Amino acid sequence: TLFTAIPLDFDISSPLTYGTPSSRVEGTPRSGVRGTPVRQRPDLGSARKARQVDLHSDGPAEDLVTAEQSLGQRLVIWGTDVNVASCKEKFQRFLQRFIDPVAKEDEDVGLDLNQPRYMQRLEEINIVGEPFLNVNCDHLRAFDENLYRQLICYPQEVIPTFDMATNEIFFDRYPDSILEHQIQVRPYNALKTRNMRSLNPEDIDQLITISGMVIRSSQLIPEMQEAFFKCQVCAFTTRVEIDRGRIAEPSVCKNCNTTHSMALIHNRSMFSDKQMIKLQESPEDMPAGQTPHTVALFAHNDLVDKVQPGDRVNVTGIYRAVPVRVNPRVSVVKSVYKTHIDVIHYRKTDSKRLHGVDEETEQKIFTEERVELLKELSTKADIYERLSSALAPSIYEHEDIKKGILLQLFGGSRKDFTHTGRGNFRAEINILLCGDPGTSKSQLLQYVHNLVPRGQYTSGKGSSAVGLTAYVMKDPETRQLVLQTGALVLSDNGICCIDEFDKMNESTRSVLHEVMEQQTLSIAKAGIICQLNARTSILAAANPIESQWNPKKTTIENIQLPHTLLSRFDLIFLMLDPRDEAYDRRLARHLVSLYYQSEEKLEEEYMDMAVLRDYIAFARSYIHPRLSEEASQALIEAYVDMRKIGSGRGMVSAYPRQLESLIRLAEAHAKVRFSEKVETTDVEEAKRLHREALKQSATDPRTGIVDISILTTGMSATARKRKEELAQALRKLIQTKGKTPALKYQQLFEDLRAQSDTAVTKDMFDEALRALADDDFLTVTGKTVRLL
Amino acid sequence: MPCVADWLNNPFSIVQGIFAQNSPNSDWEKKVTDYFKEKLKENNATNWVPSLNDVPVHYLKPNSLVKFRCMVQDMFDPEFYMGVYETVDPNTNARVLHFGKYRDVAECGPQQEIDMNSSQTVTSERQTLYCVPVPAGCAVVLNPQFYAYISASQARVSPSTSYTPSRHKRSYEEDEDMEQHPSKQKEQHTGEKGPACLVKVYESWDTFKVNDVLEVYGILSVDPVLSIVSNEERDSSTLEPVEYMDIAEEQRVHSPPSSLVPRIHVILAHKLQHINPLLPACLNEEESKTFVSNFMSELSPVRAELLGFLTHALLGDSLAAEYLILHLISTVYARRDVLPLGKFTVNLSGCPKNSVFTEHIYRIIQQLVPASYRLQMTIENMNHSRFIPHKDYTANRLVSGILQLASNTSLVIDETQLEQGQLDTKGVHNVKALGNLITWQKVDYDFSYHQMEFPCNINVLITSEGRSLLPSDCQVQLQPQLIPPNMEEYMNSLLTAVLPSVLNKFRIYLSLLRLLDYSISDEVTKAVEEDFVEMRKNDPESITADDLHRTLLVARFLSLSAGQTTLSRERWLRAKQLEALRKARLQQQKCVNGNEL
Repeated sequence: TLFTAIPLDFDISSPLTYGTPSSRVEGTPRSGVRGTPVRQRPDLGSARKARQVDLHSDGPAEDLVTAEQSLGQRLVIWGTDVNVASCKEKFQRFLQRFIDPVAKEDEDVGLDLNQPRYMQRLEEINIVGEPFLNVNCDHLRAFDENLYRQLICYPQEVIPTFDMATNEIFFDRYPDSILEHQIQVRPYNALKTRNMRSLNPEDIDQLITISGMVIRSSQLIPEMQEAFFKCQVCAFTTRVEIDRGRIAEPSVCKNCNTTHSMALIHNRSMFSDKQMIKLQESPEDMPAGQTPHTVALFAHNDLVDKVQPGDRVNVTGIYRAVPVRVNPRVSVVKSVYKTHIDVIHYRKTDSKRLHGVDEETEQKIFTEERVELLKELSTKADIYERLSSALAPSIYEHEDIKKGILLQLFGGSRKDFTHTGRGNFRAEINILLCGDPGTSKSQLLQYVHNLVPRGQYTSGKGSSAVGLTAYVMKDPETRQLVLQTGALVLSDNGICCIDEFDKMNESTRSVLHEVMEQQTLSIAKAGIICQLNARTSILAAANPIESQWNPKKTTIENIQLPHTLLSRFDLIFLMLDPRDEAYDRRLARHLVSLYYQSEEKLEEEYMDMAVLRDYIAFARSYIHPRLSEEASQALIEAYVDMRKIGSGRGMVSAYPRQLESLIRLAEAHAKVRFSEKVETTDVEEAKRLHREALKQSATDPRTGIVDISILTTGMSATARKRKEELAQALRKLIQTKGKTPALKYQQLFEDLRAQSDTAVTKDMFDEALRALADDDFLTVTGKTVRLL
Repeated sequence: MPCVADWLNNPFSIVQGIFAQNSPNSDWEKKVTDYFKEKLKENNATNWVPSLNDVPVHYLKPNSLVKFRCMVQDMFDPEFYMGVYETVDPNTNARVLHFGKYRDVAECGPQQEIDMNSSQTVTSERQTLYCVPVPAGCAVVLNPQFYAYISASQARVSPSTSYTPSRHKRSYEEDEDMEQHPSKQKEQHTGEKGPACLVKVYESWDTFKVNDVLEVYGILSVDPVLSIVSNEERDSSTLEPVEYMDIAEEQRVHSPPSSLVPRIHVILAHKLQHINPLLPACLNEEESKTFVSNFMSELSPVRAELLGFLTHALLGDSLAAEYLILHLISTVYARRDVLPLGKFTVNLSGCPKNSVFTEHIYRIIQQLVPASYRLQMTIENMNHSRFIPHKDYTANRLVSGILQLASNTSLVIDETQLEQGQLDTKGVHNVKALGNLITWQKVDYDFSYHQMEFPCNINVLITSEGRSLLPSDCQVQLQPQLIPPNMEEYMNSLLTAVLPSVLNKFRIYLSLLRLLDYSISDEVTKAVEEDFVEMRKNDPESITADDLHRTLLVARFLSLSAGQTTLSRERWLRAKQLEALRKARLQQQKCVNGNEL
C-alpha cells in the first residue's frame, strides 16, 4: 500500500518534476565531520528522487553518462554539461579568491573588502553558527560566466555540488566547529528574470529571481521526510525515507517475517516544515489595464514564516511545473501543469527601508540602449527646459512651477550627519501650490502621481491622520493585528500628492510636521509602537479660504495654514489666473488644439512620459552630486546676500532652512544634468527659482516687498512692527491713567481708538492686550483689565 | 475540402488534419488560425457560427465552433499546458503525437498512455480570461429592450441547423410582441444573455485588458471531465491537511463546473469598437462605409426626431434635450497625460423629487443605448453596495463591483433618492470613487495592499434636485414646460408612440456618431482665440479656462451630432449660445433660491 503524503505535489512520471534528471551527486561528506549532520534540502528536491528516473525509456544506460576518456575521469551529470569535480573545484576557487572591488551592499558592514568576501562569510558562520551561505549570483557571474550559467540552468545539480565544496573548505578550516547541520549554499540575485510576467515554459527547473509582494501565506505544513515503522508483533522498528511524496510501507517485517504487521508511528517519524506562499506581481511591473499575476511559492524549513503578507520581496528559487491528474487511478491527464517556485532565498526589499539603509534596493534595470539614450539626452544644453516642458504638457505655461516640480522629482542628495549628532538631512523637496480654484492644480498633482512609481495621491478633505500614516487593523478571520500603512509610508522614496491641503484637519496636519522635517513617522496604536520611514516629498495644493485669491492679503492669510507647516515647504508657488491678453490667446490656442489633435500625436507625447520617467529613475538611482568648491562659495554668497537684504530693514530675511533648500535645489539641478558635481550654474538656477517662488508667495501686499517672515513667522515684518507700536501705545495710555488697579475693557478700547490716528480693530486691541499680558504688565479677566 | 458543417461542427478534425500534415514543425498553429480566418471571411460565415449569447449552452454541441461577445472581467494567471504530447500503446509500442492546444484534457485512446518523458513534449503557455456577457459586470443587466430587437434580428439570419433551439423562435415572437407593448417588458426577458465563460487565449494575450469588449471565435469545451476534476479535488481535499483548504477554494473558484461556466478555446478574437449590432462591427471596411454614408445622408431628420422625442421625455425642455444628445454621443477619445478628453458628464438638476420622472428618464436611455446602469444614490446603497472591484485573495479572483463597466456604458446616477443621513467609511469611499470616475474617468480597484488604476470610458448622467454633490462637467437646470398629471401614463404613451424602426435609427445615430473623427481648422482656431480674448477683455470673470474647455466640448459634440466632422464658425457660435442659455438658467435659479451656490 502506498501512503499519499502530498498528493498534488509531485508526479512520478513527469519529466518536468526533474527537468534535468540526475545524478551522480553523492551526499555531502558525512565522514570526518564530527557532530554536524547533513540535512536534506527540500528546496532542491532530493537527489534520491532524481536517481529513479525511468532510464530505460530513453535507451541504454551507457548514454546517460558521458565518459570522456581523454580527460581522465570527466563525468558529467546526465542531461547537463556539469562535471561535479570541476564544478566543485571552480566554486572552491571562487570562495577562496573572490574579491568584490566595488562592493557597496548594505550587508557588507564589517567586511574587509580587500579580502576574499566569502571566506570572511565562512568565518562568520563559524562564529555565529548559522549554517547558510548566501552567494550573490552576480559575483559568481563576474568570476566565472560558465559556472554561473550552469548554476542557473541546473540548480538542482549544481547547488548540492556547491554545498559539498563549501563544507569541505569550512571543515578544513574549522575542524572543531559544530553546526546544527552542514552548510547550505543559497544563491540569490539570479539575473534571469525580474518580472513575474516574463516567466515562461523555458524557465522551468531553472534558477530564477523574481520580485513581488506577498499576499497570502499558509500555516505551517509538516511534510514527512522519513517514516518510522514498528512491527506490532515483535516491536522491530525500521525507517523508510519518503520517495516523491510517497511512503513505501514495508509489507513484511524483516525480523519476524509477519506480513502486514508494520504500523506507522507518527510521532517518531521525521517531518520538515513547509509553507505555501502566494506572491503577486508588484504594482510597478504591471501593464495598465491588466490584473496582476500571482505565483505560488513553497518555502521550506527555516524559510517558513520569514515573510508576511504585504512584504515586498525578491525571491530566488527553482521554478517547477507539475502536471495535474484528473484522477489518480485513470490515465486521463489534464493538459495543464501546476507551477510553483521552491524558495531558496528571500530578500525583503522594504524591510531595509525600515532600517534606514541608504541604498535604493529596487533599482530599475535599464537596457544599454536606454542608458545610452538617456545619457545622450543629458548632454543637451537645454535638457532642463526640455524636461520641464515634457512635464504635464496638457497644463498650460506655469513654467517655473513645472521646473520646481521637476527638481522635486529628482530630489537632492541624501546626507548623513548621524555621527555629528544631527541625524539625516532631508534630501526631499517639498512644494506647495496655492491658488484660485480651477487652475489645474489637481491635474498637476494627478500627473505627478501617475509619473512616479511610488506616488500616492490623497485629498486633504477625505483623509484622516490614520489614512495618511498607518493604522492597525484586526484581520476578521485570523483575529491577528495587522499594521496597514497609509499614503505617507507607501510613498517612501516617492512623492505624496495631497490635494485640498487646506481642508485637512488639525491632527492630520500635525503628522506632517514630523514627516516633512524628520522624514519619519511615529505610530503608537493598539500597543504597537514603531517609527517608520517616510522619506517622501510632499506636493500639496491649497485653495484660498475665500473663493478667490485675495491679492491684498498675504499667503498665510489667504490659505490659513500655520506658518510652522509652511516654512517646511522649500518652494511655495501661486497659481493664479494671469488675466492678460497675450496669455489668453496662447491658452485658447492650446486648448483648441487639445480638442482635435489626432490620437497619434498624443501617442507621441505618451512616449515622452516614459522617457521622462526613466530619466528621473536613472538619475535618482545613479547620480549623487556633491557640492564643488565654487558652488559652495556661490551658496554662501547667496545666503549672505539674502540675509543682507533684510538686515537693511531691521529684519531677518533668510534662515538656515532657506540655505538648506537652496542646496537641495542646486543638487537636484545637477542631477538633471547627470552631473556628479554641483556647479555654480546649478546654484544660479536654484537661487532664481527660490527667489521666483518667494516673489510669488512671500510678497507683503501692503508694502510690495518680498518678506520671508510671512512664511516663517506667519506675519510680515511691517505687520509685526505695527503690532508692537500699538502695544506700546496701549501701555503708555494705561500708564497715563495713573495708579488704578483695574480698568474696564470696553472703556480702555474706546480710549485707545480715540487716541490713535489709524483704525484700531477689536482684534488688534486684543492682540495688544495679549502682548502686554505676556510682558507681565497686566492680566485680562473677563471684562476687566488688572494691572500687575 | 471539408464542407461547412465540418469546420463548424467538428473543428478538431480540421486542426488534427493541419497538425498531422505539418508537425512537428510549429507553424501548424499559424496555419490553423489562418484557415479559420479565411473560412470566416466567406460571405456571412460569421452569422453561421452559433453564439453563446443567444443559444443556451446545453443546445450547443461540445467541441463545435462558437462565438461569444463578452467583456473581460478578470484575468487568471497564465497556465502551462502540453502543447504537443506523445502517447504510447503499451502492447504494440506504437507512438502517436497529439496536440494539446484548444483542449482542456490531454486526449488519449483507451489502449494508450501518455508518455510524460517523451522528448517530443512541448510545453506551451496560454492565458485564461474570465469573461461575462456585455455589459453584465455583476449587477448590471443587459438592456433587454435594446437587445430584444437584436436577438430577433439574429434569429432571422441564423441557419436552421439542428442545434438551433425551437425555443429561440418563440423568443423571437415574444420580442416582436414586446416591441409593441413596452410596458410588459420589464418582467420578462432576463437571462437570455449567455453564461460567464472561461476564455482561453493562445496568442498576444497581453493586448487584452480588463473591461475590454471582445468577440471571440473558438472551440466550445464542456467536457464533463472538467466537472469531475473539481469533484475529485474536493473529495481529496477533505483528506488533506487543513492548510490545503484555501488552495482548494482557489481551485474551486478557478475551475467551476463546465456546464455552468463553459470554456472557449479561442481561435480568433478581436476587440469590438462598439457593441451595437445594428452597426457593422468594423467601420473601416468598404461595405460598412456605404452603410455609414447612407445613414449620414438622412442624418438631420433623425436628429430632429430624436430631439423632439427627448424634448417630450424631458417635459418639453428642448435645451435639456439638446444637452442630453450631446451627452449621449460623448466618449473619451483620447487622454492627454492624466486628462481624459471628450467626457461630458451632465448634471440634470431641477428634477422633481420623489416622482417616477427619473426612473422614466432612465428607461428611455435604456431604449437608446446598448449598455446602461442605473445607480440609485441612497444612503443605504452608498453604505452597503460594493462600487469598487476588489481582489479576493482567498479565491484569487477579482470580485466585480458596480463601477466595473464596459466602455461607453451609460451610468445614470439618481441623486433625487438621496436623503440626509450618515455615510460610513465605505460610503465615503464609494462617493469618492464616483467622483474619481467622473473627473478622471478611472476607477482605483482595491488590491488590498495597494490600489490599481483602471481607466474607463463611462457616460455619467446625474439627475438631482439641486446641484449635485458629485462633480460634473456641465449642469443643466431642467425647466419643464408641462407637468403631466400622470407621469407614468405620459411616459408610456411616449414610448409606444415611437415606431420601432425610428427607435432603431436613434440607436444607430447615437452609436455611430461616437465613432466619428473630428478636427478644427486653423481659421476657426483663430476665431475661437479672438473670441476668447475678446470675452476676457470685457469681463475676465465671465469666462475662465474651464468655460472654454466646456464650450469647445459642446462645439465638438454639436458638430458631430449634425454629422459634421469639422468645427464651423456657425457651430461655434451656436455652442456659445447654448452655453449662454444654460448659464442664464443657472443664474436665474440662483436668484430664485437666494444664496444657493
